[in-house]
Amino acid sequence: MFQLLEPNRIFSITSKAPKYVLLLFILVVSIGLTEALILSPEDYKQSHSVRIMYVHVPAAWISLGIFSTITILSIVGYIFKIKNFFLISKSLAPSGFVFNLIALVTGSIWGKPTWGTWWAWDARITSMLILALFYLMYLIAWRIYEDKEQVFKVTSIITILGIINVPIIKYSVDWWNTLHQPASINILSKSTIHSSMLVPLLIMTAAFALFSLLIFLMKYNTELIKIKNKGLDRL
Amino acid sequence: MISEIFYMDGYGIYVWGSFAFTFLSFMSLYLVIKNQYEREKNKFIVKFGNLNSERAASARLQRINREILSNTSTI
Repeated sequence: MFQLLEPNRIFSITSKAPKYVLLLFILVVSIGLTEALILSPEDYKQSHSVRIMYVHVPAAWISLGIFSTITILSIVGYIFKIKNFFLISKSLAPSGFVFNLIALVTGSIWGKPTWGTWWAWDARITSMLILALFYLMYLIAWRIYEDKEQVFKVTSIITILGIINVPIIKYSVDWWNTLHQPASINILSKSTIHSSMLVPLLIMTAAFALFSLLIFLMKYNTELIKIKNKGLDRL
Repeated sequence: MISEIFYMDGYGIYVWGSFAFTFLSFMSLYLVIKNQYEREKNKFIVKFGNLNSERAASARLQRINREILSNTSTI
């Protein structure tokens, strides 16, 4: 099965896919923006400021999802010595980091009209900031270390340490008294968000997921060409 | 109607500010990654052009090299 993930085999797919993903992203984000900024209702408490949710929440979800994926790929890649998993992880990290930054900045902007402050050292916000630092360490590690074995080891350690923070982010609003509101969307129990807000939220999440897929594909292709460049040097 | 969309009962600056930051982040990330991609691809084309005919023929045997040279991945 792992042979199917061999870079030479999948380049022919990944090199053609970005343009289709970009078109699909433009279509989905256009629908999402119309829903989020015009059609969805305002909140009875937060008024129009609730619209920030449509960029803040998907960005936070995707940054957490990408970090979890990177961790799983790094651990499996390290145990079974699958170099391509590290290449996939490396290609996922930039969009994960940018989504993390978007979640932090839009959360801060949302905090001003809602809490009266741009920033609070609250458990959810602080743990998201810590995640951004782990992303940063991960990206820097790829730049610092040139030896492959060393970079695989260091990045795996960073993701293993960083993943401890992910359940803390998720449950911080339940474990501590925080300014941040508890989750409105639950997979296992009934969500407390109305469908008129849930639909645009899901559309925007799909758009953000498509954008991260687009960036992943472009970065992955870049990394493959980088490897091929080194191969040409050896010819 | 239009001014209502922009003003949003005084929350417009926060809402539009958040969406603008997101848009700028997306654009910056896209351009940075695209730039890296183009740089590596151009490097590859130059290196491939510098190969002698025997080595170029050997490199051309690999499907991935042909894909890179065929320019299919440009978006």
